[in-house]
Amino acid sequence: MIVLSTLAILAAMTMAIIRGLRGPTVYDRVLAVNMFGTATVLLIAVLGFLTGRPDFLDLALLYALLSFIGTVALLKYVSYGDLSSSEHPEEEEDTWTW
Amino acid sequence: MILTEFVDIALLALLAITGLALLKIRDLVAVVMLGGIYSLLCAGLFLVMDAPDVAITEAAVGVGIATVLLVGALTLIEREERPSQHSRALPLVVVLFTGAMLTYGILDVPPFGEADNPVQEHVTPRYLEEQEEEIGVENVVTAVLASYRGYDTLGETTVIFAAGIGVLLLLSGRKERRAGSEEDAS
Repeated sequence: MIVLSTLAILAAMTMAIIRGLRGPTVYDRVLAVNMFGTATVLLIAVLGFLTGRPDFLDLALLYALLSFIGTVALLKYVSYGDLSSSEHPEEEEDTWTW
Repeated sequence: MILTEFVDIALLALLAITGLALLKIRDLVAVVMLGGIYSLLCAGLFLVMDAPDVAITEAAVGVGIATVLLVGALTLIEREERPSQHSRALPLVVVLFTGAMLTYGILDVPPFGEADNPVQEHVTPRYLEEQEEEIGVENVVTAVLASYRGYDTLGETTVIFAAGIGVLLLLSGRKERRAGSEEDAS
């Protein structure tokens, strides 16, 4: 069962990387990175049970807490063009052509 | 375990694919995102090699901080990388030479995780056997870091402290200058 889930997670990682490589829009890539982070969390958890040491579960939790930071920064850059501003720019249509 | 080896090979293959793609892609936003994936793969490999502390650092720095810093840099520059004007022959030779030297160095490295490796035979047995009396901390890693290598750790902490003070000084200077220029404008 754990072996099967390991293989399934690795397959999911591969597909996420393919989506991240091919794009074509920024949003596809953001989603791919986010999904890859989730797959890594799951892989760590499953590997912990596979090798008989589930104490790596804490690490999986830490990854889950960390992986969204980059996604938030990237989305902020894509939609605002800046990291510090919180105001939405006037030309809203332009951001969707990315 | 065959499966853990398979996981190793799969992660390394994905790492190679991501690395090659990073070279090809000219869209810098995509490069930053693939860099995040590359870091996650590295962290996964560190974890498979039983180095959870390195894996935590790689995840925190590579996936979290580095992505934010690179995106911050992206707001200051163009979004497309310009094709290089220089010849690529010299960098290729340098990279191939370095790779060959590293591979040559790896040939001498003892097998991974063997009990009779030099690293296990030098001071490690002494740490494991004597630290209960000498230091008296239950966690051996803590005893090594905070007592046997106490001065080393003190030096590391000093370096990080100095770097933190430097960054704070640089940032506070920038804020004052920006406030000053706004006063000039008005």
